[in-house]
Amino acid sequence: MTEAAYIYDAIRTPRSRGKADGALNEVKPIDLVVTLLREMQARHDLDTARVDDVMLGCVTPVREQGAVLPKIALQKAGWAQNVAGAQVNRFCASGLDTVNTAAAKVASGWEDLVCAGGYESMSRVPMGSDGGPFAEDPETNIRTGFVPQGVGADLIATIEGFDRDAVDAFAMRSQKLAAHARDSGWFDRSVVPVRDENGLVILERDDFIKPDTDMQKLGALKPSFAGPGAMGYDLIALAKYPEVERIEHVHTPGNSSGIVDGASLVMIGNERAGRDLGLTPRGRVVSVALTATEPTIMLTGPGPAAKKALAKAGLGMDDIDLVEINEAFASVALKLQRDLDVPDEKLNVVGGAIAMGHPLGATGGCLVSTMLDELERRRLKRALICMCVGGGMGIATIIERV
Amino acid sequence: MPFHYEKDADGVVVVTMDMDGQSANTMNAQFRELMAQTMDRLEAEQGLTGVVIASAKKTFFAGGDLNALLAVETADETYFRYVEENKAFLRRLERLAVPVVAAINGAALGGGYEIALACNRRICVDDPAAVTGVPEVTLGLLPGAGGVVRITALLGLEKALPVLLEGKPHAPARALELGMIDQIVPDRESLIPAAKAWIRANPDAHVQPWDRKGFRYPGGDADAPNVRMTATVAPTLLIRKTRGLSPAPERILDLAVNSMRMGFDSALRAESRAFCKLVVSREAKAAISTFFFGMNALKSGRFRPEGPRWRARSAAVIGAGMMGAGIAYAHAERGLETALRDVSDEAARAGKARAGAIAEARAKKGRLSAAEAEALTARIRPTAQDDFAGADVIVEAVFEDLALKEKVIADTFPLLSEEGIYGTNTSTLPVSILAEACPDPARFIGIHFFSPVEKMQLVELIAGEKTSAETIRKAWDYVRQIGRIPIVVNDSRGFFTSRVFGTYLDEGMALLRDGMAPAAIERAAWKIGMPVGPLQVHDEVSLELTMKVHATHKALDARLGVENGFPADNAATLAVAGPMVEMGRLGRKAGAGFYDYGPEGRRLWPGLAQFAQGPGASMRDAEDRLLWRQAIEALRCLDEGVLRSQVEGDIGSIMAIGFPHHTGGALRFIRGMGPEAFKARADQLADAWGERFRLSERALARLRDDGRAAA
Repeated sequence: MTEAAYIYDAIRTPRSRGKADGALNEVKPIDLVVTLLREMQARHDLDTARVDDVMLGCVTPVREQGAVLPKIALQKAGWAQNVAGAQVNRFCASGLDTVNTAAAKVASGWEDLVCAGGYESMSRVPMGSDGGPFAEDPETNIRTGFVPQGVGADLIATIEGFDRDAVDAFAMRSQKLAAHARDSGWFDRSVVPVRDENGLVILERDDFIKPDTDMQKLGALKPSFAGPGAMGYDLIALAKYPEVERIEHVHTPGNSSGIVDGASLVMIGNERAGRDLGLTPRGRVVSVALTATEPTIMLTGPGPAAKKALAKAGLGMDDIDLVEINEAFASVALKLQRDLDVPDEKLNVVGGAIAMGHPLGATGGCLVSTMLDELERRRLKRALICMCVGGGMGIATIIERV
Repeated sequence: MPFHYEKDADGVVVVTMDMDGQSANTMNAQFRELMAQTMDRLEAEQGLTGVVIASAKKTFFAGGDLNALLAVETADETYFRYVEENKAFLRRLERLAVPVVAAINGAALGGGYEIALACNRRICVDDPAAVTGVPEVTLGLLPGAGGVVRITALLGLEKALPVLLEGKPHAPARALELGMIDQIVPDRESLIPAAKAWIRANPDAHVQPWDRKGFRYPGGDADAPNVRMTATVAPTLLIRKTRGLSPAPERILDLAVNSMRMGFDSALRAESRAFCKLVVSREAKAAISTFFFGMNALKSGRFRPEGPRWRARSAAVIGAGMMGAGIAYAHAERGLETALRDVSDEAARAGKARAGAIAEARAKKGRLSAAEAEALTARIRPTAQDDFAGADVIVEAVFEDLALKEKVIADTFPLLSEEGIYGTNTSTLPVSILAEACPDPARFIGIHFFSPVEKMQLVELIAGEKTSAETIRKAWDYVRQIGRIPIVVNDSRGFFTSRVFGTYLDEGMALLRDGMAPAAIERAAWKIGMPVGPLQVHDEVSLELTMKVHATHKALDARLGVENGFPADNAATLAVAGPMVEMGRLGRKAGAGFYDYGPEGRRLWPGLAQFAQGPGASMRDAEDRLLWRQAIEALRCLDEGVLRSQVEGDIGSIMAIGFPHHTGGALRFIRGMGPEAFKARADQLADAWGERFRLSERALARLRDDGRAAA
């Protein structure tokens, strides 16, 4: 690496239920992004002309989220004309992928200051609206053995022996930790209120968290993927996992990531850019990794990706103080914990997407901001962030406080 | 002139298809020539106001020439062009500047319906024989003369898929309801006048919907949410059924969906490419050979001894258990009065009640009227006496016990009418030995029904050493009389079907012994296309039965002074089923077998681990072992003369024991991959897993020598 890739800041909008009754439903996807662009500029009195590129993740980049929204958002937010923009889709890794790519651009020395992050208004552009051959081209669907991710999550639980109680208990933990963190003001530095055209607050803090959840309420929820499984997806998945007699469908809306609206923005640059602009680095990107694993079970990529990032950095798990695994499904987090032998006290210490929601393309950036906040608050050094990704991919990023 | 061309005073030309030297119009070389001439003439015709396509045959048009399709070996540029040229005629027809009407006087299936689709209106005579549809999928093909593309455009994706994927022929009323035809007229004479009247009334209706500007697919265009949902879900629903083993429905589904995402002519071309791919597929060859030519040969009586048709007027079934009641039901369903005999009135009445319950269940589903169900059940007379003297057919269906059967046969044979035949419903016992119990073995035959009788269409007739040709013929006619499909085999322990089925069960247990995870064994069976895994199906038929049959054969061995007369290698059966039965794990009815049966359904019994002696087999080996064992046993049956024809082996293996449909049967499976490739793999399996996979050179030679005669 020729240059250190410093993280100068990482911010996000609050997250809210991604349905018509969610608080952010009335906000256009582009305005979620504009909110953060304006905040980033204002917070640092940023000379935006120094920014080379703004790449934002979005998993459903169609209609009002489409046509390279990030570039248009730059215009709308009044950033300098010379700033370029791009929209990136690597399924759920989109946001973290932009962070990693931004770090790579900076580290290579070819760019000095790059913004990353993502956006997703799942209430306005529902998941799957973009179609694509994986699901919607019958030949491709059949050849590749298309199976919804939830069936894969249930298959992981079945193979690993995570029963309904185990995944529900993990969900409970997420809710309690997230509620405590939010109520303690631990998210306040990073979460930027979303306001209307009059400056009135539409949403100030995360409102998806359900602090009063208990095991009984969780246990009463119906499995989400038993129906699709019975329709034929179980058989397709089991054809690849012949020794599994049946898939235990343990995941429900209660122990899977929430469908929410939200956006994130991370600013990464080299030392000189920071110095010139009077920015203080909060952390730096140590190493990144991408990989892909068996696509039918789909969600076992985080472990291998994390190991790859550790190896690249020459680090072991003992060198990692906090681990953040995106809680796409409880079984994914529990599997990562098992793969890397992560002690409870290091894992998702402020809860995760089960409690706060997973605004697909935005989530990677959200995780960077929560980890930076926690490293600072706890005065710790390193965090490992990893996510499961559609198609069996896995992504990881190791950051450290400076 | 085999396409009659007749123009009336109003300028309407009626083209009447009447192809030379064939009883039906088909898509062949002659057709191409005729179409070329006709289209040239129509396009040049002055004062043309409309066209009616009609037929002088009993049917409208019969579709493709299957012999020609079987002969296609490579999907090369020449063949692709040939397919394209065929459909180009239809494109020219539908682009004429005048309305074109199909006057459907009889069956219009496959290519016939595709011709009708290229017309602006389809008028059909009100005759149940005038069916329309595209059965290509059942032959491993797709309707390649525009059928997939036009049906999708005509009906919309959601309505088109069942028509295309099920391939059913539809009677006029149903076809009208589905939108496949536009109008029904009461008789043939009304067809042409109705067609001409429509042309007169709609002189401008000459542009097909899909050629109009702003065409929208009925039920939604390609990007409508419901259509996208169908495109996403339909593959899964299909794979659940086909398990990815049948390329034809997959290609049809893909093409139907994708035809909506491209231009009409591009879609027609894509359809031709997919058709070429399917024509040369092993699955299409298998389906055409077995389900068309094979089934036709079988139904037309190629394997029936010659002689006059015979019809049983009355029957008796001895033994009112599940099989006996099912046979009585099958009789009654086709109007054959039947005495159902058991040892007591209660038992006999219980048997009748069982048959009555089947009728009732069908009435509930609307497949019978209440009156029909009642009349059907009334044809069964329960009795505890030998009071059915003069019966034309007696079928004994008592328990598979040699001594019991011998006694029943001796007691009841004399009650047969003078010309009657006596059938024993045994699944494994040698008919020739049972025949010794009766005074006239020439009139004695094995009639092997399958369970559940009311659903299973196949009946295996077993000719004993002394069974006369006349008895075989009568039994054959009797089986057809009750609406079933007969195959005739020669005597052997287990005959054909039970022998092959036994190898399937045995190989499942062999895999268990080799250490394969029980779930993986069942999964391997699913992957190769078996309807039920070998462990589950064994629970269904019961392990107890397996061991009782074994005991019966042991007794028979002792009587005959032979070592192990049951032909299949059954080492695994003895090593697993024996102990299981001793442990009281008798099968599903006992609530415990390979599976435990609880309120949450079926779960594999963890105790099966005790049978594992090795590290397991790869999935590929497991899948092949289950297939090869059965195919090898079928080949041995052919070699030993138990099977009299390959077709009967193929149809019997599919219909009786569920040998994977896409293979076209156990012997066609070998032929499909080629005897050499089959043997090479068999040798690998023999080296790795045992001599039961070794093939005799002679057996294989039979398959090689028979060559194309198999079809």
